[in-house]
Amino acid sequence: MRLDLFRGIALWLIFLDHIPSNAVSWITIRNYGFSDATEIFVFISGYTAAFVYGRAMQTHGFIVATARVLKRTWQIYVAHVFLFAIYLAEISYVSQSFDNPLYSEEMGVLDFLKNPDVTIMQALLLKFKPVNMDVLPLYIMLLLSFAPVLWLLLRSPSLALIASAGLYTLAWMFDWNFPAYPQGTWAFNPLAWQMLFVFGAWCALGGAQRLGHWINSPVVLGLAVAYLVFAFGIAMTWYFPWLGAFVPRFVGEAIYPIDKTNLDVLRILHFLSLAVITVRLVPQDAPWLKSPLAWPAIVCGQHSLGIFCLGVFLSFAGHFVFTEVSNRVLTHVIVSLTGIGIMVAAASIISWYRRVERQGPGPRPPTTKTGYAGGSA
Amino acid sequence: MTKRLAFLLTVLILAGSAHAETPAAHPADCRTAEVQPERNFALPHTASAIAAKKLNVLVVGAGSSTLPGAAGNQSAYPARLQEALRARLPGVEVKLAVDVKAKRSAADMAKALIAELPVNKPALVVWQTGTVDAMQAIDSDQFSQALDKGINVARAAGADVVFINPQYSPRTESMIALGTYAENMRWVALQQEVPLFDRFNIMKVWADLGTFDLNSATKKLDMAERVHDCIGRLLADLVIESAKSGEPHAEGGR
Repeated sequence: MRLDLFRGIALWLIFLDHIPSNAVSWITIRNYGFSDATEIFVFISGYTAAFVYGRAMQTHGFIVATARVLKRTWQIYVAHVFLFAIYLAEISYVSQSFDNPLYSEEMGVLDFLKNPDVTIMQALLLKFKPVNMDVLPLYIMLLLSFAPVLWLLLRSPSLALIASAGLYTLAWMFDWNFPAYPQGTWAFNPLAWQMLFVFGAWCALGGAQRLGHWINSPVVLGLAVAYLVFAFGIAMTWYFPWLGAFVPRFVGEAIYPIDKTNLDVLRILHFLSLAVITVRLVPQDAPWLKSPLAWPAIVCGQHSLGIFCLGVFLSFAGHFVFTEVSNRVLTHVIVSLTGIGIMVAAASIISWYRRVERQGPGPRPPTTKTGYAGGSA
Repeated sequence: MTKRLAFLLTVLILAGSAHAETPAAHPADCRTAEVQPERNFALPHTASAIAAKKLNVLVVGAGSSTLPGAAGNQSAYPARLQEALRARLPGVEVKLAVDVKAKRSAADMAKALIAELPVNKPALVVWQTGTVDAMQAIDSDQFSQALDKGINVARAAGADVVFINPQYSPRTESMIALGTYAENMRWVALQQEVPLFDRFNIMKVWADLGTFDLNSATKKLDMAERVHDCIGRLLADLVIESAKSGEPHAEGGR
């Protein structure tokens, strides 16, 4: 429940952040520190994946669990291709309807429409990833390699965690990343981001209990709060440049640039601090988790893949409304609230449909059962 | 409406008679109090060039430093900057060279600078970049390194640098991720003490205030020309103020 709540919230934040210049996005956490909703999403996805497929691996064995993980990977791949199709539709429209000479350079971004043979192929290979479509390819790579990682996590959790941290370090030391098209590398380096995913999985498989007394120690809590305050202070200098004068030069040199591609240590620390405080503030059995106020986020979190795709689609649509209809702050608020409303509505319809299907007559393949276990992975 | 007509007329007349303008000939309706440079960095070479009554400027840029069409270069901001500098620095011989080609990344332009600097011997390099790097998703570290390199090359040749960041383009906002690039540019500018002309936020304010309708699907050049005219004049403000701030009584000379 608690996981689903925060995953749901993360999905809303991703939606809000993905609408360019959305006035409402000032409420999202990335404006108040180093990390953003992506960290929450990746961590919780790792947690749920281990939770769901870990049990499958223990009861049905390695092969069956691997098959289920790969099936899920395939679904996400299909979702990604679906989003790419929507993106193509959007930019094809823009390229046909907009030709302002002021922006002749910017229109060059549409040039890839001129050689769709290469670009679409590269998109299917996950090398060409338009803006804001980087999270699902990351998720695909993480899940694709998850089965052996899970196997190791079940045998020797510490070893798996150390291996993951080792890979993270090596990726940093040698600048390892996957190539992208037309050039450059992946915007979310899977070799770095895997650490948060594996850490999430590790927590799900008993790591959380082992960390228990750490999390509850007042020293850790104090450090977490202090770090969040520090990050908040730095973040404020992004909006009020005169505050920048108070940041000593060596601090600036030490922390910038904060590397999202390779999951900067500052970002991990920021996420962990948030997590420590969240665990404190929101106990697993908090009564209000069952209240109707928490329900909208929880129901979105339970159907994360579908709602994520819907969120990306809605952010395209929202941006479209801003450029074509109106760009006032009131519109931003309305579009944001409507978008979240649609996400909640869609999630509750999916829930309702699953419930109906489960109750319905007729034989059902047993494999789908895991789908309900902890929400989808 | 009449204001706009009068403005257009002014522009037309000015286009016919270059040099003959005064600052008062322009309506100042695109000045924005909302966007202020976070710190005024000095332009020592520019200041001494102005004092010596001879200022050579080199504009290095990509596609958004020019406008399409035969007269594109005359109405684009570099030419407007030259006009504004001449008007505001009477008695100073202002010469402005332009090295603008579309689709060049920061690294391309840093390389081009090496060849251009000895030819033009500028005291000031105005460097517009960022958009192409964002479009091509060039590695952000490489982008920052290219900026550093360009600054060092220019300084070694005795020139100051002013940055111009990407323009605000609402229609392509969801397709070009400017974020990291604008952020890195701002950071390099702060570290290297280079004045940054914040074209992005200035244009955003224009869009919010309705000064210009940047969403307009027009294919005509008139709005683009007025935007570039404003950019040129605001840029002249920045150059002249930064050059002044380098004078001994000011704070900027750290």
